[in-house]
Amino acid sequence: MEMLAFFVLAVLAVASALVVLTRRNEVVCALALASNLVSIAGFYFLLGAQFIGFLQIIVYAGAIMVLIVFVVMLLNLGEERYPERGRAQKWLAPILSLIFAVILAAVLWKTEPLGLGEPPPDFGTVAVLGRELFTRFFYPFEVISLLLVAAMIGAVLLAKRRI
Amino acid sequence: MSDFTFLIVSTLVKMGVAVGALMGSVAIMTWVERRLSAVIQFRWGPNRVGPFGLFQPVADGVKFIMKEDIIPASAHKPLFVLAPAVALTTSLTAFSVIPFGPVIELFGKKIPLVVVNMDGGILLAFAATALGVYGIVLGGWSSRNKFSLMGGLRSSAQMVSYELSMGLSIMGVILVSGTLRPFTIVEQQAGWFWNWNAFLGGWQFLGFILFVIAIFAETNRLPFDLPEAEQELVAGYHTEYSSMKFSMFFMAEYAAMTTASAMVVTLFLGGWQIGVPVPFEGWLLWILQIGAFVAKVGFFLFLFVWVRWTLPRFRYDQLMNIGWKGLLPLTLLNVMVTALLVAFGVVGR
Repeated sequence: MEMLAFFVLAVLAVASALVVLTRRNEVVCALALASNLVSIAGFYFLLGAQFIGFLQIIVYAGAIMVLIVFVVMLLNLGEERYPERGRAQKWLAPILSLIFAVILAAVLWKTEPLGLGEPPPDFGTVAVLGRELFTRFFYPFEVISLLLVAAMIGAVLLAKRRI
Repeated sequence: MSDFTFLIVSTLVKMGVAVGALMGSVAIMTWVERRLSAVIQFRWGPNRVGPFGLFQPVADGVKFIMKEDIIPASAHKPLFVLAPAVALTTSLTAFSVIPFGPVIELFGKKIPLVVVNMDGGILLAFAATALGVYGIVLGGWSSRNKFSLMGGLRSSAQMVSYELSMGLSIMGVILVSGTLRPFTIVEQQAGWFWNWNAFLGGWQFLGFILFVIAIFAETNRLPFDLPEAEQELVAGYHTEYSSMKFSMFFMAEYAAMTTASAMVVTLFLGGWQIGVPVPFEGWLLWILQIGAFVAKVGFFLFLFVWVRWTLPRFRYDQLMNIGWKGLLPLTLLNVMVTALLVAFGVVGR
């Protein structure tokens, strides 16, 4: 059952990723990326991390991707234009990606699978995650929220020069 | 029957009941909307098909199926076809976490009357709502019509803005109840009606009002129906849609209304709790509790129609001001006050 769900999600994720790479239409690409994000959320559910899965859908597919679609819709009203690609990029891109793939494969090949053991029964629930965030990871969590606030202030300053 | 088969069968039955009830409410609401608007405006409304025009939804359904299905030549066909399906699917999905009745006993097994009884169910509803924007945006874009595009743009801006207030206004309830499982939240509100979260149970009256305002915007209903403002945009994002595809957008709007009403009832007004202690139990109590849920949801559906035919539409800048400068600070205030109350042990379950 779990195997079946995994393969359905895997096919969905890979297919939508391929659509993102091959299609020229930006809105189709954005939509395919959104469905890719949702199928990855499905993997989180399979792993029992439901909170992360929901956040993946709400934040990435729901909020960020909608904003991207929003922008693309406004930009994509005219004729489709594509910049000429540099000659160097044309040759370098496949070679570099091939090297990256070889390195990745080598690393994966050498890695021993970690013995993680059985997760506790309440693994991945909101309560457990919240408790961990506010006890063990309290300081990193607060630092990240400061960083986010700084980013927000920066965005407001850039958008509105005069305050 | 083994436990696993029983789980599968009972879940399938519950899914059938939930989708059936939701679609039934859509059919009834199309009739209620027109009859009630007629009452409000001193007209008759549809009264030709059946007694009081009650079979009008059936006639409409037949009409929608028989109509020619037109796809504009310049439309982006795959997305044009996909958009209504996305809209309808997402608004049906959100209902799956709503508990529509208590735990009943059937064949010696306990069944909670909710399709998905999971920890974090509220998040599922919000995830479905968040994805619901895509249906409208894609419909607006793929039609390649400037009215549709404007409608789609307006609705995405509106829904993204009000989703924030919607999510934050229920934070109070979550703080008080300490869980994200809708069924537990309803069970906590047992007893007299002042135990409901909107009243003395959670002190969430402000959150309740803010959430109701936010769902009006989230379902694109008047006074927030700018995505389909007829005078300006013909029909907004579904201008180019005809036949069953239009009908699916229509059903999605009404299903979203029902789901949103059910969310209000579940989180703030005790869900299937009757609100007064009753002296009996068993089947009679269960049926009464399901009836209480239906009645409460019905009241909010009535409110949706009542407001639509009473209030005029906001201007677009007013809409954004209300969302960002009115609702959002108030929801944040509500979260802060509730957090303080919970920290000092005034409220909490």
